Amino acid sequence: MAAPLPTPGVGPSPAEPAGACTSCALAPSTARLARLGLAPGRHDHVVALAGNPNTGKSTVFNALTGLRQHVGNWAGKTVARAEGGFSFGGAGYRIVDLPGTYSLLSTSTDEDVARDVLLFGRPDVVVVVVDATRLERNLPLVLQIRQITGRVVVALNLVDEARRHGITVDTRHLTRELGVPVVATAARRNEGLPELLAAIAQVATADDPPKPLRLTHHDPALEKAVADLAAQVEARFPGVPNSRWVALRLLEGDAGIEEAVRNGTLGDLATPREAA
Amino acid sequence: MTLDELPRGQRAVVTALDLRGGERRRLMDLGLLPGAAIRADMTSPLGDPTAYEVRGALVVLRRGQAKTVHVEHSGTPSGSTER
Repeated sequence: MAAPLPTPGVGPSPAEPAGACTSCALAPSTARLARLGLAPGRHDHVVALAGNPNTGKSTVFNALTGLRQHVGNWAGKTVARAEGGFSFGGAGYRIVDLPGTYSLLSTSTDEDVARDVLLFGRPDVVVVVVDATRLERNLPLVLQIRQITGRVVVALNLVDEARRHGITVDTRHLTRELGVPVVATAARRNEGLPELLAAIAQVATADDPPKPLRLTHHDPALEKAVADLAAQVEARFPGVPNSRWVALRLLEGDAGIEEAVRNGTLGDLATPREAA
Repeated sequence: MTLDELPRGQRAVVTALDLRGGERRRLMDLGLLPGAAIRADMTSPLGDPTAYEVRGALVVLRRGQAKTVHVEHSGTPSGSTER
């Protein structure tokens, strides 16, 4: 739907006039991507990019920011996190590229980095990049992230490769099942990026985003333990948005969450975020 | 039977994991959940470790780990997959 993406260095200058209000509705050239590279300047929204290893997160990151950050096909390439910026529709975005993980629950440095940013960084939008050719393998992470937040956009990436393998994915059905927008992309060809940007903008500005997904367990003993512990977590940290999720992690013996409870960092989740 | 008994090239379905804690979590994150189709793909010269194909990816397990994965035969001996 949106206008085709400008290539860097082509077309109107992407730079906003100095001092211009990038968020006000009167800003000119709305609905146009400006890749701001490493100098995002002021930003209105924070976007985190998550996904399994090797799904093209960094390619999506580069397509959005215009950076040429370390794209490579080996495990653990993005060890810490890379940040960049872009502006779209008159709003500034800071985007954080997270290390690839299969899960937010195992214990490795990469997974801790990803988990901490998602949980404590409280991004306005989490873009989960999934591999359309191995969807089944990628969806568990989507579900885990959906348990933390409803502010999620799923980028169904590598659809070009999926097409070659004769795989088509029913994105509308998937959108309905997951309760969040699913956008088909082929980031290395800029395919689907306008739609992805529109979905990011929509979720970033949503007043009433979907609630975190609440999985029920059919084991009454577990259900009771979770409910009891969740009540204690809420009593100690009023307003924590995902007390059930925290309770489940504590029951699993998740050291990072235990530490956050012990030193009170978990309480930061309850304090309202500074106005964007 | 357990996964370490699955002959090379044969398919099975995971029925249970005989593990707790982080190791269980890890295998589940890699796709070894009850109901997952699995195929013994390659074995190293000494028979340990073995690579298994699960949900479009290869996961390599030591024999001790494979012993903790309970599977049920799903028949159809085959060398190639549909992918």
